[in-house]
Amino acid sequence: MTDLTQLTLRQAHQALESGECSSLELTRATLERIERLEPKLHAFITLTPELALEQAAQADQLRARWRREGGELPPLLGLPLAVKDLLCLAGVRCTCGSRILENFIPPYTATSVERLLTAGMVVIGKTNTDEYAMGSSTENSAYGPTRNPWNLRHVPGGSSGGSAAAVSARLAAAALGTDTGGSVRQPASFCGITGLKPTYGRVSRYGLVAYGSSLDSVGAFGRTAQDVALVFSQMAGYDRRDATSMDLPLPAIQLEDDDSSLAGLRIGVPDEYFIQGIQPEVENAVRRAIVSFEALGAFVSPVSLPHTEYALPVYYLIAPAEASANLARYDGIRFGARLDSDNILDLFTRTRGQMFGAEVKRRIMLGTYALSAGYYDAYYGQAQKVRTLIKRDFEQAFEKVDLIAAPVAPSTAFRFDEHLDDPLAMYLEDVFTLPANLAGVPGLAFPVGFDSNNLPIGMQLMGPHFREDLLFRAAHAYQQTTDWHQRAPSLS
Amino acid sequence: MKYEAVIGLEVHAELATQSKMFCPCPVVDSTQAAPNTAVCPVCAGMPGVLPVVNRQAVEYGLRVALALQCQVAHTSLFARKNYFYPDLPKGYQISQYESPLAEHGRLLIETTAGERSIRIRRVHLEEDTGKLTHLSRDGESFSLVDLNRAGVPLLEIVSEPDMHTVEEARAYASALRAVLRALGVNSGDMEKGVIRFEANVSVRPLGSQVLGTRVEIKNLNSFRALERSVAYQIAQQSAVLERGEAVQQETLGWDDAAGVTFSQRSKEEAHDYRYFPEPDLPPLVVEQSWIDQIAAGLPELPYARRQRFIRQYGLTPAEASLLVDDQDVAGYFEEVAAALDQGSHRQAANWITGELFAWMNQTGASIRQVRVPPAGLADLLARLKRGEINLTTAKAVFSEMLESDQSAAQIIAARGLTQISAAEAVSALVQQALEANPVELQNYLNGKETLENWFFGQVMRAAAGQANPQVVRAELRRSLQAAKDAHRG
Repeated sequence: MTDLTQLTLRQAHQALESGECSSLELTRATLERIERLEPKLHAFITLTPELALEQAAQADQLRARWRREGGELPPLLGLPLAVKDLLCLAGVRCTCGSRILENFIPPYTATSVERLLTAGMVVIGKTNTDEYAMGSSTENSAYGPTRNPWNLRHVPGGSSGGSAAAVSARLAAAALGTDTGGSVRQPASFCGITGLKPTYGRVSRYGLVAYGSSLDSVGAFGRTAQDVALVFSQMAGYDRRDATSMDLPLPAIQLEDDDSSLAGLRIGVPDEYFIQGIQPEVENAVRRAIVSFEALGAFVSPVSLPHTEYALPVYYLIAPAEASANLARYDGIRFGARLDSDNILDLFTRTRGQMFGAEVKRRIMLGTYALSAGYYDAYYGQAQKVRTLIKRDFEQAFEKVDLIAAPVAPSTAFRFDEHLDDPLAMYLEDVFTLPANLAGVPGLAFPVGFDSNNLPIGMQLMGPHFREDLLFRAAHAYQQTTDWHQRAPSLS
Repeated sequence: MKYEAVIGLEVHAELATQSKMFCPCPVVDSTQAAPNTAVCPVCAGMPGVLPVVNRQAVEYGLRVALALQCQVAHTSLFARKNYFYPDLPKGYQISQYESPLAEHGRLLIETTAGERSIRIRRVHLEEDTGKLTHLSRDGESFSLVDLNRAGVPLLEIVSEPDMHTVEEARAYASALRAVLRALGVNSGDMEKGVIRFEANVSVRPLGSQVLGTRVEIKNLNSFRALERSVAYQIAQQSAVLERGEAVQQETLGWDDAAGVTFSQRSKEEAHDYRYFPEPDLPPLVVEQSWIDQIAAGLPELPYARRQRFIRQYGLTPAEASLLVDDQDVAGYFEEVAAALDQGSHRQAANWITGELFAWMNQTGASIRQVRVPPAGLADLLARLKRGEINLTTAKAVFSEMLESDQSAAQIIAARGLTQISAAEAVSALVQQALEANPVELQNYLNGKETLENWFFGQVMRAAAGQANPQVVRAELRRSLQAAKDAHRG
């Protein structure tokens, strides 16, 4: 019998449909593999085997009845899913990678997760993340770092490093992540898988624990563009519980196996993303991929995003400013950890001072400062103005091209502790992913090669608002003619 | 030296919407409901939840803005006001800062010095906080948090510093309360904390155009606290200036029991709220068509109604003011007036503001709880005017009407109250009986005195039993005596 854990989401779906396997078999195989490899990888903070097996059994019953009686079947019925531990699932603790929420069990489910449950998916666990998604390596998780399946001495990227490592190591065919400044795309790149950051407003943020509210998005990981599109299609769409979600129709995403022509598609390549200091192997792999796109019929031209260099300072003012307010609710009063005191100010400062990690406190302080009286105009106010210029860069570029192609990160996965004492170097990891969050445009990362250390290299395509369909079409065409996405890390 | 006060008011009014500002929780009476029974993850500020604007709250805010003749912003912004406090679940309050819902309005007020227009600086939407209760038990002290009120829609109405006396501040506050009640957006129940005041007070030498240093008095929950605290600060600041010293800018609280203000924060300790636009809520867009629709549906406002009452019913400004303060009272008056002729309208007004208000004050009842229908009061006043009863009796009858479900006619009949002033009527009935029966009268005069009882029966029959027997007997004897005297004469 085939190893069910090696199937892509689409293949597993076909196996369930054909009756080749049941959801319980698939789920058990997944849980067994997790049990075997988790000690090495630490991709999960909380596993939910009982819940998964119960959901899988229900899925099998539903499918059995459907075989007898016909009717409609949920589109992703019985397929396992890993969920980043920043997305709420009712009844299962949600730590956000923080000690302050170590015992927090939300009584509600994130809309994105709820829609995938409605689509029939089976939740196997909550994956590791940098505390409150603040980081690019999962080293900022209070529960210990996740390891890169391609090389255990290297980071998986972050903040959705647990989800990326899980999909890369075949612990799950699909996983949810969140992307505020690159937290889906960068770990997808580091782990050699495909990851989507959707358009801001396309997927509801309800139940996603906020970091930078105007930048946060719920994304998905899979091994192929097809798999990611399957998950995305089910969770996207307007949600009345999120006032920033948009009520727009979702274009049908049809990705046929023989569909590899990109004739007429215009792809722009911004000079600003091929900067000094980029790892040459990364640049070469991305440029080769761009040539491949040309070979598939795309028309490639240079495009300019002149304000790219300001994305980093703008992001590190806006995201911490929003975070400083978003994280104010962790005060020890209503939920989460509390270090008690007779004095309310002391209770606040002890709880927050001792239960938040260093990076979270750093960003709260940065953001508090940026919003302070007398500094607001120079920092937060100015950052908002420059953000508008960055958005305009994209709008102008998308008048000339359909998609923009760029590297995801300047280098492949770095070693543990390489940047841990140097926050600024860590921040620079996000330099190519931040602009899409600031502009709210969608981005899709996927593997386009390996470096000399056999670490994956990713590239990203960015598209106009709400044109995820274009990203999927292009990446799918590329994956029809290359096999980078099929390579698996050797783990035993 | 003579000093002039400069006073501005910030009024926080809860909006009596079905649900809270940003979540579906019901708005409950937080003085009555069991703690934390109207709370959900959104108003409890749990991780990952998001606010959604309550359309009804926006509509209520727009009603007030339009009633105050403000310019409504077609696009306004919500903002986060950041501070830590156990009654503030998210660690920030969603409010409006740079772009409020509406600006530049005015409110007409009436004082003993005449009519004045107070400018409104801005009207904006925000959410209320929870409530803390501090208690001590067995030597240990606790602080309890009730989040029922957290997230209840609040409308903040900020005046320009256009008031100069305690009387004006009071008149502005009560005129605004009347507007809020007339619009149906706030119950006006001060004791339930649904309206709270903050006063900015400064003092300057009379005639000066320069504003003095101001203090802010927070959390004033009654008109009396507003009046007393402002008066206290005017006196304090005048004394400070008189001594040649400078007033310190600070935030004050009001100790109602001691009758003094106390310092909460100095200028140096002032909070930095780090306002920034709320990223979870898109700009609030209000279409002109919606504004037009709300404007068209506005009820007659207290000030306009007052002017009409003066014109239409011939009331004095003071009489009219008393009636329009509560739209239900004004409506009651209009129904009473409608059943009376023009000459009785002022009398009706005086009965409502005199007899009826006295009873309402004494019993704590509102006009809605008054059992006497407007037509019932009108009927009583008509009987008074016809002379069927006198003023003292009318008041006594009204008192009884207020305590029972009986009409004036029923009470008057049951208690036989008509008779006192109906001596003439009885006398007329007696005369009719004597004139209609000349033979019996002649027999009586001829000595058949038992006919007195026969005449008595005739009169009682003519009065359909409504006449008081004693009065009839007395009147009959008086008339028969007169006839005897005439017969002898």
